[in-house]
Amino acid sequence: MAVVHRSVLPIRSQEDIVRVRQATRESAVAQGFSLVDQTKIVTAASELARNTLDYGGGGEVEITRLSDPPRRGVRLVFTDKGPGIADVGQALADGFTSGRGLGLGLGGARRLSNEFSIESRVGEGTQVTIARWR
Amino acid sequence: MEKIPILKMGRFLLVTIQVDMHDQLAMQLQENLTDRIVAVRARGVLIDISSLEVVDSFIGRMISNIAAMARVLDAETVVVGIQPAVAITLVELGLSLEGVRTALDVDRGMAMLQQQLAGQR
Ligand SMILES: Nc1ncnc2c1ncn2[C@@H]1O[C@H](COP(=O)(O)OP(=O)(O)OP(=O)(O)O)[C@@H](O)[C@H]1O
Ligand SMILES: [Mg+2]
Repeated sequence: MAVVHRSVLPIRSQEDIVRVRQATRESAVAQGFSLVDQTKIVTAASELARNTLDYGGGGEVEITRLSDPPRRGVRLVFTDKGPGIADVGQALADGFTSGRGLGLGLGGARRLSNEFSIESRVGEGTQVTIARWR
Repeated sequence: MEKIPILKMGRFLLVTIQVDMHDQLAMQLQENLTDRIVAVRARGVLIDISSLEVVDSFIGRMISNIAAMARVLDAETVVVGIQPAVAITLVELGLSLEGVRTALDVDRGMAMLQQQLAGQR
């Protein structure tokens, strides 16, 4: 599996979330994703970027274009040094929110991706990785 | 500051969302729209999202909130022009735009609102 392109974007403001959506779209287009696949990964990116900002206190995303012939993919790694998630299973459940959300972001991002993993330590931070392939 | 224009068309309001909104802008639209519904005594709101390439849970919640508030103010909301790719993604995301009616385009949305109004008299 080869890395075709890699970039890192900060997530410190609402404008940054818009930029993450745009950069994710660019990568999905560059990798030849269909419009539906583009929309899915951009939507997942939007959910995770907002979580990074709202709950993680900000952080960054690494966007990587991957080549694994004949597959081409986009991987997104969201990292923050926020409070972490005590119960990841609960956080993933649809409808669970500790804020005022719908509790759909994490579960939705998982459904919209081909690969999903989450690593979190209370008091240290959270890292969510997703990938989508075409 | 950027602002999303709200157009008055008879007894209805038309909002065309043309930018990739950041969250604050979405919140602002929600407030401005509620104010306008009251100010012009609107009976219906059309939200045209045909230019939106992404609807995430935040925007989805905003749309549901607008519809709920409009209803309290005696106005119906119709969302028009959802792109097919966005509709597919919304289902997988798990977002059901509850209480929100949808139409293919502004004309059909308008007809829907007019019918509804006529039926009430
Ligand atoms: N990066 C993070 N750091 C700490 N807690 C998080 C993080 N991401 C998610 N969580 C926790 O997981 C919960 C569920 O997240 P999820 O995105 O599914 O829903 P939400 O953000 O509450 O609502 P929605 O995304 O529907 O607007 C959050 O309410 C929060 O408690
Ligand atoms: Mg969320």
